[in-house]
This record gives sequence, C-alpha cells and structure tokens, in this order.
Amino acid sequence: MLDVKDAVVRYGTITALHGISFNVQQGEIVTLLGANGAGKSTTLRMLSGLHAPASGQILFEGKDVTKTKAHEFAELGICHVPEGRRIFPQMTVQENLEMGAFTRKGSTSEDLDKMYATFPILKDRRKQIGANLSGGEQQMLAIGRALMGRPRLLLLDEPSMGLAPMIVATIFGIIGEIRDSGTTVLLVEQNAAHALHLADRGYVMENGRIAFGDLAKNLLNDERVRAVYLGESVEG
Amino acid sequence: MGAFGHYLAAHLDTLKSEFWALFVGGVANGLLYGMIAVGYTLVYGVLRLINFAHSEIFMSGGFAGYFVLRYFVGSGAPPAGMSSVGLIILGVLVGGLVGAIVATVLERVAYRPLRRRNAPKLAYLISAIGASYFLFNLAGKEFGHLAYSTPQPYINHPVFHIFGAPVQMYFVIIFLVGLVMFASLDRIISKTRLGRGIRAVAQDAETASLMGVNIDRTIAITFIVGGTLGGAAGFLFGLNFGVVYTMGFVPALKAFTAAVLGGIGNLRGAMIGGLILGIFESLSLVFVQAAYIDVVAFGILVTVLLVRPTGILGERLGRAA
Repeated sequence: MLDVKDAVVRYGTITALHGISFNVQQGEIVTLLGANGAGKSTTLRMLSGLHAPASGQILFEGKDVTKTKAHEFAELGICHVPEGRRIFPQMTVQENLEMGAFTRKGSTSEDLDKMYATFPILKDRRKQIGANLSGGEQQMLAIGRALMGRPRLLLLDEPSMGLAPMIVATIFGIIGEIRDSGTTVLLVEQNAAHALHLADRGYVMENGRIAFGDLAKNLLNDERVRAVYLGESVEG
Repeated sequence: MGAFGHYLAAHLDTLKSEFWALFVGGVANGLLYGMIAVGYTLVYGVLRLINFAHSEIFMSGGFAGYFVLRYFVGSGAPPAGMSSVGLIILGVLVGGLVGAIVATVLERVAYRPLRRRNAPKLAYLISAIGASYFLFNLAGKEFGHLAYSTPQPYINHPVFHIFGAPVQMYFVIIFLVGLVMFASLDRIISKTRLGRGIRAVAQDAETASLMGVNIDRTIAITFIVGGTLGGAAGFLFGLNFGVVYTMGFVPALKAFTAAVLGGIGNLRGAMIGGLILGIFESLSLVFVQAAYIDVVAFGILVTVLLVRPTGILGERLGRAA
C-alpha cells in the first residue's frame, strides 16, 4: 500500500533521513521505533508532505506521491495525527472534527455520529473549545479528526505522549479497532512495548536510518530491542 | 471652584447639547475604521504580520469610486432616487473590487516571495512600507498631488432625527453598507467552509494543511476579503472628503489603532474597536480642537499598548466570537 524507497530528507544542511526504505501493507499496523531524534516524526511528516524528500520515492497505492503537497494528502486518503495532537485551540470539538472532513464534499453528520459513538466523551464536550480539553480528550479528538477524512492510511505520531497509563490503554484499544475496521495504520511510538504488542510489524530507526525491521512478535523477543527500547536487561 | 472647574462645567454643557450629533458622526467614522481594521486583523490572523500597505488599498478604492462617479455623474446635477442608490452600490462594488485586486497583487508581489524564502518578520515590514510608498507615489504621479472632490451621487440631507440630532444621508449610507459588510463577513468567517479554513490557518497553519486546507489560497483569500472591505471604505470616505494620493495614511493608521484596541487577530474586536475609536474621537471634539483629534486617537493606541496590549477582546485568534 505504501512503499518508501531511499527517501532522503534534509533540513538546511542537516540530513534528517539518510535514504530510508520501508513498506506498509494493506490492513497492517506498522510501528516505527527509535530514540528521540532517530527520524520517526520526520518520516511521518515526509509522508504528509510537510517535508519534501530531497531524493527517493514514495508510492501510495501504486501512485507516486513524492512531490504531492501537504494539503493534497487528506484527499488521497492519508491522514495524519500530529505529534502533540495540535487541536485547533479556539474551535469547538465539533468544529475540530469537521475540519478533519474539510476536503470531503457532502454531509458529515454520519461520520460525526460514528466519532461520537467511538469517543462518547467528545459528544459530551462537543461545544467546548479544544483548548479546554484534557490531554487524553485532545488525543481522542485528534484521532477522531483524522478519521473524519476517511483515511485508508492513518499516520499516528506519539499518541501516548504525556497520557496516564489507563488512557494510553484506551487509546491503543481504539487504534486496534481502527485497524480492524479496515484502516491501515503507521504508528510512531516511544512506548515500544505497547506498540509492539499491538502492531503486526515494526522497524527500528537509528540516526535517520532504518536499522532493521521484522514482525512485531519477533522484535519483542529481539535482544537489541529488548535492551534498548523495552528497558529490560538481557537475560543470559 | 477653580478655572479648571469652570472649563469642565462649560464643556460638559456642550457635551450634553451636542452629544447625539457627535455620536452619530462618531459611529459613521467608526464603521469606516472598522471596515479598514478587519483587513489588518484578518491578515494578521493568518500571517502574523501587519500589512502596512493596507492604507493604499483604501486609497485605491477611493480613487476607483471617484472615477466611477466622475464618469456617471460628472459635473451634472446630483441624481436622485433609484439612480442614487444604484450609483452608491456601484461605487461600493467597484471600490471593493479594486481594493481586492490591489490586495491580491500586494500579496503576490510583496509577501509571497518572502514567505517562500522563510524571510524574517522584519523583511515583511520593510516590504510593506516599500509597497506602500510605491503605490501612493504612483497614484500621485498618475493623478497629481491635488485633492479631487468627488461628484455627489445623491443630495445630502437629514433623513431623520435621533434625540433632536439630524442624521445625514451620508451617515445612513455608511450605516447600511457597514452593517451589511460586517454581518456578511461575520457569517462567512463563523459559518462557512471558507471561514473555517481561514480560522484553522490562523490557529495552526501546519495542522490546517494536514486537514487539506491550501494555505497559499487561504492567505490570498484573506487579502481579497480585507481588500474588499478596505476598498469599499475608501469609496465611502472619498464620497465625503474627496480623494488624494495620500488619503490612506491617517485613516488606515487609525484603523490599525482600532484593530489593536479591539484585539489584533480578532474579527469582532476590529469592528468594535473601530466603533469605540470613532465615537471617542468624535466626542473628544467637545474638549479639544479638531486639529488635536489625531493626538486623541494615537493617545488611545499608546495607552492600549501600555495597559492592555492584547486589546479589549484579547487575542483569540481565528475565533469569530
């Protein structure tokens, strides 16, 4: 579904991604793991047109989207839940959700009902402005907003960041449901244990490169992953 | 009671007797300030910069309206009835259209290239001032340095009285045009898809682009919207005060004051700020000579910046309410 080939991203003179290649298949949850600054968020931002690759190629459903502009991705079927949620602070919950369907024509009331069914708390708060929501509510709103665009590929950047463990569990449960309902997910996550238990496959990024990738269950048992990302001591 | 007491007592009497006449004039001026101020505040919302060339958008609208009236009315007798109404509507439309065109060109030539290069904010300011000088000097070169008085498309007369104070036809026109413009703008920004895009860009441009909002197009539209109101205000201003190449400077600076007073970035703030400034200025005529009226306006600007830099409604960016 998504095929990234040798993508290079530069910020001025700094190279953030040194030619990464990976793919995501239809119906999967694929997770990108790695330390801060490894290039995970940059990868997602590249896939949304926020950073154009200096070289390399991105194919989405067989179509070359390497030069596609940021505002054109939503319509193509790639929606992005950005790091830090980035809720529109002065819009109501409902207006935020409707922004997610900005490029879609026709009525959105059916999608709104669906979002309110998935996230009942948002229904209670639909007239409140985004700035007044808790972190967990904002994360649900950010996910709901992206789903309003009816994406076929959902990019999730650090959905657990700064949230209480119980809320993280809820959010991860919802991510699983999103995949089960047919939306492919590319997940960037600090919480490697959570991510690998949910994902089908994973890639480990180091210093702007993809170090290795495997099935999530293999990565859970991989010594390198266990030592560095799962914080366990490697058993003898 | 000292000399100051007598001064105050005498002027309070004048204020009492002249209040409604001054108030009506102040509201009319205030609506014009507000129409210009929304242009500042909309552009500030999406670009975080003050478009200091906005004064020339106003001037262009003034000249456009002047030429419309010179063509249709010329030196003949002022028309009456429906032809007056038609001419005023035509003047507002042409003034607004020319304002929008000048605003679009400004955005393309003076701002967009800087945005492409991620230029620092100071560069935009210099670019705006340069564009402003270019435009008003161009007008000065083309139309001369003397003021033209605008041929009147109607006969000015008191239409009705409010608490004994006459309300002139000119004021009625400003009230109607101003209210229609404010009401439509408010509705566009708070209710339509276009307005939602503008608010989204104002609140978080990058995230707005992830939602599919075309930032370049949205910025261009805010210039068009602000330019339309500014150009229409130029026409209404020129109707009474005539047109000259430097006509934009003072009204636009006052409108900027109004935008800051109401809270820059806040649409309703710009409208309210314009009204308050207009009324305050007008009522202050009781206490100071007309020559000092600009001192009052800019005194307000300085005071607001010192006491409440966020303005009356604060900076609630992108919020219609």
